[in-house]
Amino acid sequence: MKLLFRGGVVAGALFAALAAQADEEANLVINGDIEITVRTDAPEHVAQLGTIYSGWVFRSDETQSLQMDDFENPGMIFVDDAIDAWNTVDGTAGNSCAACHGEPESLAGVRAVYPKWNDEAEEVRTIAMQVNGCRTERMGAEAWKYDGKEMINMEALIASVSRGMPVDVAIDGPAQSMWELGREIYYTRFGQLDLSCANCHEDNYGNNIRSDHLSQGQINGFPTYRLKNAQLNGVQSRFRGCIRDTRGETYGVGVEELIALELYVASRGNGLSVEGPSVRN
Amino acid sequence: MKRIITASAFTVAATLAFAEDVAPDNVVFSEYGEVEASLSGQAGDPAAGLQIMVSRGKGNCIACHQVTALQEYPFHGDVGPILDGVGGYRTAEELRGILANPKMTFEGTIMPAFYRTSGFNRPGNAFTGKAAEGELAPLLTAQEIEDVVAYLQTLQD
Ligand code: HEC
Ligand code: HEC
Ligand code: HEC
Repeated sequence: MKLLFRGGVVAGALFAALAAQADEEANLVINGDIEITVRTDAPEHVAQLGTIYSGWVFRSDETQSLQMDDFENPGMIFVDDAIDAWNTVDGTAGNSCAACHGEPESLAGVRAVYPKWNDEAEEVRTIAMQVNGCRTERMGAEAWKYDGKEMINMEALIASVSRGMPVDVAIDGPAQSMWELGREIYYTRFGQLDLSCANCHEDNYGNNIRSDHLSQGQINGFPTYRLKNAQLNGVQSRFRGCIRDTRGETYGVGVEELIALELYVASRGNGLSVEGPSVRN
Repeated sequence: MKRIITASAFTVAATLAFAEDVAPDNVVFSEYGEVEASLSGQAGDPAAGLQIMVSRGKGNCIACHQVTALQEYPFHGDVGPILDGVGGYRTAEELRGILANPKMTFEGTIMPAFYRTSGFNRPGNAFTGKAAEGELAPLLTAQEIEDVVAYLQTLQD
């Protein structure tokens, strides 16, 4: 494994901790077929990381193996639910997603480039915002709750058809100011514990805090099926949880700050593969 | 996953504050981050300090530090330095300062300030994710800080 960490101390700790808990050399191939890039050179805008890693690398052997086979990945059950929803007519216009988009595979590549600037709406949009845009504006249906069950299931379906494709979100052009806001939030300390995302996920990945093995906090695996709560989890809900854990006041899902943070964190994973729905603990 | 510093960790113990305690905002740090006198005016109890070190609801120090003498308590993290022998190379004044607000000793450190109640960005109401209501309480009381200082002083090589 190519290690380009800044400090030898950090690298040593990473090896020691991973040796006990996970196979740091492991490669992820899903269904013996879809090759997932779980480690690669960091993109230029986060050159300080040297190498970027999927959260999968930091999980135990057992958790890792659950993601190697769709029949074992509990997240795939929800993808099946979403396929049903995809084909179901909803709203006053009498449309289903399938009526316009055909097979879900027609959205291959979409997960890899979101959040993304939308010219018409003149805003950076997450996939959830796009789905709700289609529901309210094109289907005459009610918006799904942000990070609610239907939405997360649909996001899992949309991610699943992009698995193996490299994350490649645009950070320049009209998206740049949101990206900069996200970067600012990433390095801001929150709460009474006074911790930023970077304190844990940039300065200390590979280390343990109590029994938690810290990853880089990448989001290429979202939605994630967590063994801890036995359900699919959305990106922004995860961010909220991490801010709450600093004894901080979180933000609501779907607000500008978390959209910006999602864009920024996604961009830190440019080059890793889309792997949602992934399995984490 | 078990959350890093779980919801119960760093439970606020403010109810036990006494009038003679130095208030968090009034703690005086030396140029190097030391705090001269006991925050509670009392000596610390090392046995109580040990419990605070290991309990998730209190200091949860082993979340980030390994301590050989505390090996029977599971899951020591490795974010901070090993504390073996720290009582030999750090004075009580230094330890008290590091606990009260380690940023006065280590600029930009990840270690939380255990006796500080102001200057935070979006402080929450404990681990609810909601905004803090009213004045914050410190993560540990003045006496609890003294107890931990007393325990750390027992860590000699
Ligand atoms: C009436 C037709 C119609 C229906 C029904 C519809 N969509 Fe769309 N959808 C579109 C069009 C047209 C676009 C492209 C618009 C754009 O790029 O902004 C789009 C864009 C999207 C995108 C973004 C794709 C990209 O390349 O960026 C997603 C994701 C999406 N739709 C999901 C859904 C889902 C899920 C449903 C069902 C809940 C749905 N859509 C229903 C017409 C529809
Ligand atoms: C106190 C340390 C800490 C802070 C601060 C923190 N996190 Fe986390 N975060 C964790 C732990 C522990 C986990 C679970 C193990 C892991 O993947 O690192 C986690 C998990 C994550 C994950 C899931 C990764 C995956 O592979 O599924 C994301 C995404 C994430 N954090 C983002 C953030 C963001 C964004 C911030 C800042 C708003 C943040 N975290 C702040 C400790 C922290
Ligand atoms: C979130 C992680 C974290 C927690 C929790 C934490 N510390 Fe620390 N601590 C650190 C780090 C990191 C350092 C090293 C200072 C630096 O350079 O940032 C440190 C330094 C220290 C030092 C100085 C050691 C030396 O070699 O000079 C002492 C003493 C100490 N911590 C005690 C404690 C005690 C006691 C607690 C619990 C009340 C505690 N820490 C909780 C991360 C933590």
